[in-house]
Amino acid sequence: MARRAAIAGTITAILFFAVLVFLAKRGLPANAGSTTAKAATSTPSTAPAPPGRKIKARLFYVADDGGRLTSVERDVAYGEDVEAQAREIIAAQIAEVAEPLVSAIPRGTTLRAVFITKSGDAYVDVSREARSAHPGGTVNELLTVYTIVNALTANLPAVTAVQLLVDGKEVDTLAGHVDLRRPLAKNLTWVQ
Amino acid sequence: MNAGLRSIFRIAVTAGLLIVVGAALSSQTVQSPALSVLSREGRRAVPLALVGDQEFVALDDLATAFQLTVREESLGAVTVSYKGKTIVLTPDQALASVGGRLVSLPAPPSRNGRRWLVPVEFISRALSLVFDAKLDLRKPSHLLIVGDMRVPRVTVRYDALGAAGRLTLDITPRAPATVTQENEHLTIKVDADALDVPAAPLPSPPSSGLILGVRNVDATTMAVDLGPRFAGFRAANQPVDTTMRLVIDLVAAQTDAPATAPAPPAAPQAAPPPELPPSFGQPASPFRTIAIDPGHGGDDEGVKTPDGAKEKDLTLAIARRFKGAIEARLGLRVLLTRDDDRSVPVDERTSVANNNKADLFVSLHVNGSMRPSAQGAAVYVAAFDRDAAQAAASHGERVPTFGGGSREIELVPWDLAQTRHLDQSSAFADMLEATLRGHVPLAAKPVERAPLRVLESANMPAILIELGYLTNPEQAKMIVSDAFQNAVVQALFDAVVKFRDTWPAGGTH
Repeated sequence: MARRAAIAGTITAILFFAVLVFLAKRGLPANAGSTTAKAATSTPSTAPAPPGRKIKARLFYVADDGGRLTSVERDVAYGEDVEAQAREIIAAQIAEVAEPLVSAIPRGTTLRAVFITKSGDAYVDVSREARSAHPGGTVNELLTVYTIVNALTANLPAVTAVQLLVDGKEVDTLAGHVDLRRPLAKNLTWVQ
Repeated sequence: MNAGLRSIFRIAVTAGLLIVVGAALSSQTVQSPALSVLSREGRRAVPLALVGDQEFVALDDLATAFQLTVREESLGAVTVSYKGKTIVLTPDQALASVGGRLVSLPAPPSRNGRRWLVPVEFISRALSLVFDAKLDLRKPSHLLIVGDMRVPRVTVRYDALGAAGRLTLDITPRAPATVTQENEHLTIKVDADALDVPAAPLPSPPSSGLILGVRNVDATTMAVDLGPRFAGFRAANQPVDTTMRLVIDLVAAQTDAPATAPAPPAAPQAAPPPELPPSFGQPASPFRTIAIDPGHGGDDEGVKTPDGAKEKDLTLAIARRFKGAIEARLGLRVLLTRDDDRSVPVDERTSVANNNKADLFVSLHVNGSMRPSAQGAAVYVAAFDRDAAQAAASHGERVPTFGGGSREIELVPWDLAQTRHLDQSSAFADMLEATLRGHVPLAAKPVERAPLRVLESANMPAILIELGYLTNPEQAKMIVSDAFQNAVVQALFDAVVKFRDTWPAGGTH
């Protein structure tokens, strides 16, 4: 009898602890203004926007002359905090587009993670296709890089510079030309 | 515990240990440089595996190389047979039985998957006892010499002797060597069957400018790449015990004296009189070396067209034409960062220019765009953000000086070296735009600034030129043509002449 009572007591304690943990997690504030760099995967978003809630964002595509970017205002899903919003913008930016738009992002590239430091440097981690499927050429590479850099710096004042990572790692370049070893600031000279 | 249980327990423990050892082996095995097997029939490579500090070789590979028969016995032993002679190995013992005689090994044989690995010393300690021909294992150089071959060890060192320099090659056992000069290198031919020499014979080439490095050419030939200050040499063989010492004294050209300094009195020359580079125009310009960087190469093909034109081939072809024009018509020294179809890391490209104190760096590329309409050549100058420029400017360091005190020296990080030359790079880019205009179609904005990796480390004026777009079918057709390539080379040549003529008399480096 005493043994049965002990087992029941243990189960009750475990359940009580589990409820405490659950409540503590529910009660935590959202990740707004996090003070440390924190990675998060892009899909599914950790803070899904209410259906239909959108923001206007400037996205960048290859201009007709092929040597510059052109910007287009688009509806992008709302993100609860800066990192969530950055993920939504990049996800929209690298999504495949139909003519007449032409994307400078190599086909098949997906977003792995975005994290933002306290100093405003954003790290955008994209899949390996960003390198392996890159068609080469200095202009192509500049337009690929500044599509991502400008998509964040032009839409999110909290982001001052962007460094691209590929498959979770720092890379020298995507196709042998543009230096990706440090964060790059907004550069609208590559935009018409 | 009865006897049956005890034996089951023992088997279980042994099996567990084997699994642990096997797992450790497979997780720690890394590829090591292959063993190079030299014989009269030629050279072949036998793979080596590194476990901890010990190099292992697979018995299968040795069996193929030396016609051995390897058999696993039912009791766990492994027998290696050669022409009726047998070597027996036991998996958990660092020993081999060779015709009944025990020899020690540095580690027991190990199974890796389906293959048995033995320490590489198995060759010299066990196999050499049964094999017909002499086996000379040279572990440090990963060399195995089969039979009576003359393969002397060669060590190379360089000593600076004031403005001059001395290369010393110790060849052991003795083998005489001859030295001849061929264009921009000295050829050292050793009278032997092969050489036991490191892949990089002189790991840290001197910065004196007399030589750029020493490399292996073939089995018995080495080459010394000559630097811009080289003027002459004298070579002599000196027997020292069992070693032949080849001493090559290198004489420096007299052109490095400051332009304003009085001419030094003529000194008696111990070596042949230096053949100074030809002088073109008065006064002699300190601008004398150009580094040309043909973009991409090897696996990195750059931009491609559907019908097979590749950026890497076009840049190399144009670089060779440009080099030929500069050398023939200006007498300047030209370095190519690659002269064949090979992959060259970005830092190695700028190293070639920086280590040779080039006065100008020109990187050749062909462009690509997602839109086929993109067209025209553009010249790129490096761009740095404000933080990087400040970082480059603030790198001073105080160092002690001889006799006490200290002085501040300027240090610039490697990847920011270009920050000091941006004005001159822009000046050359503008000159190049002017010489291209009217001869080569230009992009809407022909001079651009961008954070290009290959330019950032160049410690001299540096530009990257994109000659046109291979993704534009009309441009692609034009770029592969002789007429276009000649026009580009002429424009590059004319810009170099303009740039040289504006070069300050004392140089900037």
